[in-house]
Amino acid sequence: MRFAVLQFPASNCDQDCVHAVRVLGHPAELLWHKETSLGSADAVIVPGGFSYGDYLRCGAIARFSPVMQAVKRFADEGGLVLGICNGFQILCEAGLLPGALVRNRDLRFHCEQIYLRTDNFGTPFTSRTPRDKAIMLPIAHGEGCYFADPATLASIQAKGQVLWRYCDASGAVTDAANPNGSLLNIAGVANERFNVAGLMPHPDRASEALLGTDDGRSIFESMVDALQQRTAAKAA
Amino acid sequence: MKAKIVITPKKAVLDPQGKTVQTALEHMGYTGVAGVHVGKYIEIDLAPGTDKVAAATALDDAARKFLSNPVIEDYKLEIVD
Repeated sequence: MRFAVLQFPASNCDQDCVHAVRVLGHPAELLWHKETSLGSADAVIVPGGFSYGDYLRCGAIARFSPVMQAVKRFADEGGLVLGICNGFQILCEAGLLPGALVRNRDLRFHCEQIYLRTDNFGTPFTSRTPRDKAIMLPIAHGEGCYFADPATLASIQAKGQVLWRYCDASGAVTDAANPNGSLLNIAGVANERFNVAGLMPHPDRASEALLGTDDGRSIFESMVDALQQRTAAKAA
Repeated sequence: MKAKIVITPKKAVLDPQGKTVQTALEHMGYTGVAGVHVGKYIEIDLAPGTDKVAAATALDDAARKFLSNPVIEDYKLEIVD
């Protein structure tokens, strides 16, 4: 399965994402922000970093880049898109995901390991996630506090679009386990069709045991599974 | 001619910056501060001869789509000579 990893000026997790896909044995290619086509990509990863210096708002300028117009068309056609950290912010700014990310409630940049509870295992991003434990991933952000108005929050909860929430090691969703003040401890969401998802934590920095945790791997494995099922369904 | 755009966080959105500035004001002895909201100010210089009404329409569109994020922010647009 071919992954395209977008590259904006000041992206800094693009190589991590490429590596995370390649260790699974799949090809990944970098795609510069001025590209207008995704080529033959089967899935897109919008990586972390500080695209365009985070000027104006995180993700606000990246949203209008040529490559993002191609990503929007790809998502509209049902293509799989995962946004990580700044990538999540970009997808929210682009309107591909509900809500927005604002300044952490304590105004501090958080760089630490956190635990995530998966709320919906029936998606192309979570199907391979272990059911029996909270997954441990790193976060590194200053503006990761998830916000949406009450109607949107109720709707995404009812539809199962809240995929990941911050929790403690035992899986309990508590305020103490919330690193940034996100509403309902939300760390990541999907769109209504479940072909676009984003999260603030970094599965790309947690894809090998050498890095302290390989819990992030299951998110990429889930995407690969979903793509392989699609290919099989097309062939049948 | 200039466009002045003031962007403020929506009241429902957590504004830790505003809260911190408010606390600092209180520490400094400024009493009677009931709330502080920290936002952004954008000034756009318009080319000579620009039609004011057309500019207002275009910039309102830009403010809604790009300069502010309606999920978390409100904006106020003013065009001055």
